[in-house]
Amino acid sequence: MRWLVVIIMILSFSASAIGQPSDVEVEMRAKEVGRSLRCVVCQNQSIDESDAPLAVDMRELVRNRLREGDSNAEVISYMRERYGDYVLLKPPVQTNTYILWLAPFILLLAGLLWFFANAGRKEEDT
Amino acid sequence: MRALIPIALFLLMGLAFAVGLTKDPKLLPSELLNKPVPEFKLSELYDETETLTQDMFKGKVSLINVFGSWCVACNIEHPVLMEISKRGDVNLIGIDWRDTRPKAKAWLKKGGNPYRQIIFDNESVLAIKLGVTGAPESFITDKKGHIRYKHVGVITPRIWQETLLPLVETLKAE
Amino acid sequence: MIACQHNQGYGPVMIAELGHYLLIMALFTALAQGLMPLIGAHKKAENFMLFGDRAALILFILIALSFLALTITFITSDFSVKLAASHSHSMKPFMYKISGVWGNHEGSILLWTLMLALYAALIPVFGTHLPKTLKARAIGVQGLLTFGFLAFILFTSNPFERLNPVPADGLGLNPLLQDPGLAIHPPMLYMGYVGFSVAFSFSVAALLEGKVDALWAQWLRPWVLAAWSFLTLGIMLGSLWAYYELGWGGWWMWDPVENVSFMPWLAGTALLHSIMVLGTRHKLANWTILLGISTFSLSLVGTFVVRSGVLVSVHSFATDPERGVFILMLLMLATGAALTLYALKAKTLKGADGFEIVSREGGLILNNLLLITACATVFLGTFYPLFMDAITGDKISVGKPYFDLTFAPIMLLLLLFMGAAPLLKWRKDTLQNLRRLFVYSLPIVLLIILLVTILGKSVLGGIGLAIAAYLAVGTILALAKKTQNFKRLSGQTAGTYGFVLAHLGVSIFTAGAVAMSVWAEDDIGRLKIGESLNVAGYSFTLDRVAPGQRENYQYLNAKVKVEKSGKPIKTLNTEQRFYPVRNMVTTEAGFHFTLGPTIFTAISEGNSRDGWIIRANYHPYVTWIWIGALLMSLAGFIALFDRRLRFREDVI
Repeated sequence: MRWLVVIIMILSFSASAIGQPSDVEVEMRAKEVGRSLRCVVCQNQSIDESDAPLAVDMRELVRNRLREGDSNAEVISYMRERYGDYVLLKPPVQTNTYILWLAPFILLLAGLLWFFANAGRKEEDT
Repeated sequence: MRALIPIALFLLMGLAFAVGLTKDPKLLPSELLNKPVPEFKLSELYDETETLTQDMFKGKVSLINVFGSWCVACNIEHPVLMEISKRGDVNLIGIDWRDTRPKAKAWLKKGGNPYRQIIFDNESVLAIKLGVTGAPESFITDKKGHIRYKHVGVITPRIWQETLLPLVETLKAE
Repeated sequence: MIACQHNQGYGPVMIAELGHYLLIMALFTALAQGLMPLIGAHKKAENFMLFGDRAALILFILIALSFLALTITFITSDFSVKLAASHSHSMKPFMYKISGVWGNHEGSILLWTLMLALYAALIPVFGTHLPKTLKARAIGVQGLLTFGFLAFILFTSNPFERLNPVPADGLGLNPLLQDPGLAIHPPMLYMGYVGFSVAFSFSVAALLEGKVDALWAQWLRPWVLAAWSFLTLGIMLGSLWAYYELGWGGWWMWDPVENVSFMPWLAGTALLHSIMVLGTRHKLANWTILLGISTFSLSLVGTFVVRSGVLVSVHSFATDPERGVFILMLLMLATGAALTLYALKAKTLKGADGFEIVSREGGLILNNLLLITACATVFLGTFYPLFMDAITGDKISVGKPYFDLTFAPIMLLLLLFMGAAPLLKWRKDTLQNLRRLFVYSLPIVLLIILLVTILGKSVLGGIGLAIAAYLAVGTILALAKKTQNFKRLSGQTAGTYGFVLAHLGVSIFTAGAVAMSVWAEDDIGRLKIGESLNVAGYSFTLDRVAPGQRENYQYLNAKVKVEKSGKPIKTLNTEQRFYPVRNMVTTEAGFHFTLGPTIFTAISEGNSRDGWIIRANYHPYVTWIWIGALLMSLAGFIALFDRRLRFREDVI
């Protein structure tokens, strides 16, 4: 249960940190948020990586909202309301993405199960 | 039976590709359909002292067109907008996006100004709120100022006649 | 103008028509190559089977001449040919006139087809001792594939189309593509993609024969090795090109076009290892056949994606739905037929069943499971948005964060097994055998984790680097075992050297990738002259900005002075270029490459009043990524010289 306490502490700490974020903190968080948002005009880059004018403006908007006290999640959902799930480089875990998120691990598990179930069987010929 | 799995999976993939071919990945639906135009406060292109807000769309069916003097495709669209403006079927509002006032004015002087009013948005404030991904892009709003349609790319005479104009007429009748 | 056209009518202008006729002749030759040997193998008619060998050679010569004709239209700047007019320019440097031939859809698909014919023509050269029917069937399948692609070229993408009126000059090659790295990137990539066609043809041939054996595996392995090495080199060049030419600061963007080249690589890597198990222990027969079919099919999927526009990507060719439909039909026919055949005949392929967990084959089977899971993950991440759109119309994006959370852990797991498996014996081994690995690597691993956590302030980075080091230790121990503690370092088989180099390459690559994902830093800011950005202890000062004009573009050049704690490192040159012919703006980033930290900067829009947007990047050990990949590719080519791969009829 100790990890739960740690998580709660981290959460409450970050919650109290919001309100009057310092410039350095805004910069760091703006980068973090920027990396998870797709530059919608360049199609395959995050807004943090792109030099496209719209990406520059979107970065500025992210910074402004963070400065005004929005949390990272709030900024991301602000963008999502306008551009849809399409703007999220990390697709949200929801009904239409369960397969996307779970399939790799299900495949991995199935593969490993098959491996251990079939191993050690007596060789039939050769 | 197990030997059939690969071909089954492959056929599914082929089917998805075939459907995918019929779609244009560049088209994005607007998240704002049937929602009011987001709040904004921006100045007019020609009159810097005039402040425009979302209220400008109330009471009239409007066609909002995102353009910029830097936008190549806008040159192709421009004559169509001039024609629409001449016929006066719709309240045509421009959003001059990521531009400078002198350049935009020069551009409009050359080809004519089809817009009733132009919102000057050089920092993408309204553009991002509208979920704009490029220019030209157009929205149609109803009398309550709610967004009812989004069109990405150039409005051709055909698109106007077959899709946009009929919608404008129904919205006017609402 | 008219007189000029008339003149050309008798001169080099005929070359385009000649090229076109050659392609039509090639189409019929390919059909004959596809049908005759298959009938011959069915009826056991020697003449028919031998016909395939000859046809393959003739087909290659026909397509090579046609390709030469196209190249001549580019070299002589014959702009009455539409392709040359829209992709070349009379003032272009000679090298780019040639690379311009495949810098576009029509030319590159012709190059692809040329390679398909080349591989088919090489089969009889190296396959003299193969069973006659197997060889004939493989050549037949190869002929049918070539027929499909020739039909595609002739019906949808004729490179020899004429233009009337003839323009005064060409439009020039996309400036982004005018780069030596990119001139050789597509040929290498295609040699890889297309090389897997041999695995495909031999898999289908084996299904038709109803038999796979060790000889089949041993004979096929060098082909897979060659294709894999070319593909590795091609992907590596592409990554390097995107890194310094696009200047986005990424060596891998998880862009759909990158992903579709990576999937055949992952499947090909699995094939390379499963074929070893089949060749040595006669296991995994069905699985290897399936991989042989899938790997080339994934190459076809890649071609489909790049040329149809189903996915949005920065690298796509100008797309055309008609072409998309044609390639999709080709893919459905080729792979669909192969997999149907598999469904019918899989039972007839007899391989040995069962394996021990702790054994070389156990390790290799696990390797295959993980590689295919990784490949499926990349597939899902790449195509899920497409599938979603097709089924529900929802638009979603899948980007780097997804792959970091799914693909990366699977690969780390793979690296863990990769360090140990080569130390195990075939058939059956005990974990005792891994004691040496444990004893040597544990202190190194702990030391690295400790040091990196303290000095680099990252536990994850420490674990990542430790895994890379552990893999190197495992590989060197495996070499020690084979060479009796390095006493017989020379005189090992080429395969052994290849294995050691390739696995060390993976280790170096991993170290670079881990360092990049943990410690890379960058910043973007609007700078006026004299202002600076600070990134990872380096200061980037904008020194001077000056506009100017060179042969075919205007530029804005910025000099950025880089210093570290007061000491000057280098003055970087970055440019924004405007090409009027193409109405295109490109950015040339200024780089300082080293084996340690690589730094670079790029200028973007701006003016003297507000300043210019400048990006400053610090990329530690990014060069290791390409060095590692290069080593892998080199290792594959070295392993080709293994004599054991040539002949081993004793195994049959």
